[in-house]
Amino acid sequence: MNLVIIDYNAGNVQSVKFALQRLGVEATLSNDKHTILKADKVLFPGVGEASYAMQQLQKYDLHRVIPHLTQPVLGICLGMQLMCSYSEENDTSCLNIFSPNVKKFDPIHKVPHMGWNQLYDLKGTLYKKAKEDDYTYFVHSYYVPICDDTSARSSYGIDFSASLEKGNFHATQFHPEKSGKFGEQIIKNFLEL
Amino acid sequence: MLSKRIIPCLDVKDGRTVKGINFVNLIDAGDPVEQGMIYAEQGADELVFLDITATHEKRKTLVTLVQKVAAKLNIPFTVGGGIKSVEDAFAALRAGADKISVNSAAVRRPELITELANRFGAQCVVVAIDAKKVADDVWKIHLNGGRLETDLELFSWAKEAESRGAGEILFTSMNNDGTKQGFANEALAQLSEIVNIPIIASGGAGTMEHFKDTFTTGKADAALAASIFHFNMIAIPDLKRYLKKEGLAIRV
Repeated sequence: MNLVIIDYNAGNVQSVKFALQRLGVEATLSNDKHTILKADKVLFPGVGEASYAMQQLQKYDLHRVIPHLTQPVLGICLGMQLMCSYSEENDTSCLNIFSPNVKKFDPIHKVPHMGWNQLYDLKGTLYKKAKEDDYTYFVHSYYVPICDDTSARSSYGIDFSASLEKGNFHATQFHPEKSGKFGEQIIKNFLEL
Repeated sequence: MLSKRIIPCLDVKDGRTVKGINFVNLIDAGDPVEQGMIYAEQGADELVFLDITATHEKRKTLVTLVQKVAAKLNIPFTVGGGIKSVEDAFAALRAGADKISVNSAAVRRPELITELANRFGAQCVVVAIDAKKVADDVWKIHLNGGRLETDLELFSWAKEAESRGAGEILFTSMNNDGTKQGFANEALAQLSEIVNIPIIASGGAGTMEHFKDTFTTGKADAALAASIFHFNMIAIPDLKRYLKKEGLAIRV
């Protein structure tokens, strides 16, 4: 299987690559659109700030490529937020694969939302062999509201999208690569799509 | 519900885990990667690796350690010890660390926190603070593993660290560290009132009740300990079952 991790100077690419290796799979790191277009599956991680990350995608012309990918794509954390239409973080236009606007958490709770939190209302293909209320690892200050494409929810003051799914596009706000055995199962499920 | 986190801390010198009290009488305690994996298996929520190697090759030893840990570990981890610049932090994060912690370097040059947060995001910047209570409600920041007292005060420094972009504060009470008499819950609770970022309690863990107290009275988001886990005085699975039974949000 030809797996590509999008490497655009804004990702925890190494952690994702290691997580795949622990499952016995090698992935290529790339920012080249041709390599990404030819991949069987694409992982789109992200850590950091939205406008900087979008600039990086634009630098490699990936903002035009990613929304038109037809193979399974998995966005992670900031990757998921960039797949939405807009982010309040520095007023950033994003990839518009999913329709919601990304919002900042109300500071009634500590921000960032950091640590292990539970998932509810699991649906979709990523959650094979997963059970309700399991914990996954989150680190984020912005969130995707609940929408039609929400495939799992979590709660931090308000309910938010822990993951999204639409056609070939999958995305998790949590870090499956850092979420112990549960996270490994999610990645396995993605690899088996 | 967001769970309270249990964080074992591993001190690493020249690529090996060391055990000791307050950095004296260090004994070799094996491979940090293997030790970290054991903690992860037992249910640790996160790990902290503190590199206490003192050589010119520091960055290289840190990166080697991070790469080895990141390849094996399926939970998040923080590295600290000698991160003085954006370049040091980049090397550690690029190698696979989830967060980096800064201590003395941030006190000497607070702009470092801003630079790290702007470049990598607040979520991966942990500001570690060692402080000693010198009078009622007065805690003084210490540097160099506690050997050097400064004029900086805990609460104002924590506030400044937050405003400069720290994503988390790791507060070690020097009065409590090594005593096994419990965490500095009063100061911890005050910290949680003052800043709106997660606080990791450190220093003083001796019993399972101490963890409960720091999560309730101390309002801590996470609790860090080294020796009680290294010397098997408390097993992580027992601790987490106990805390859950006590009604806390805990991942078991």
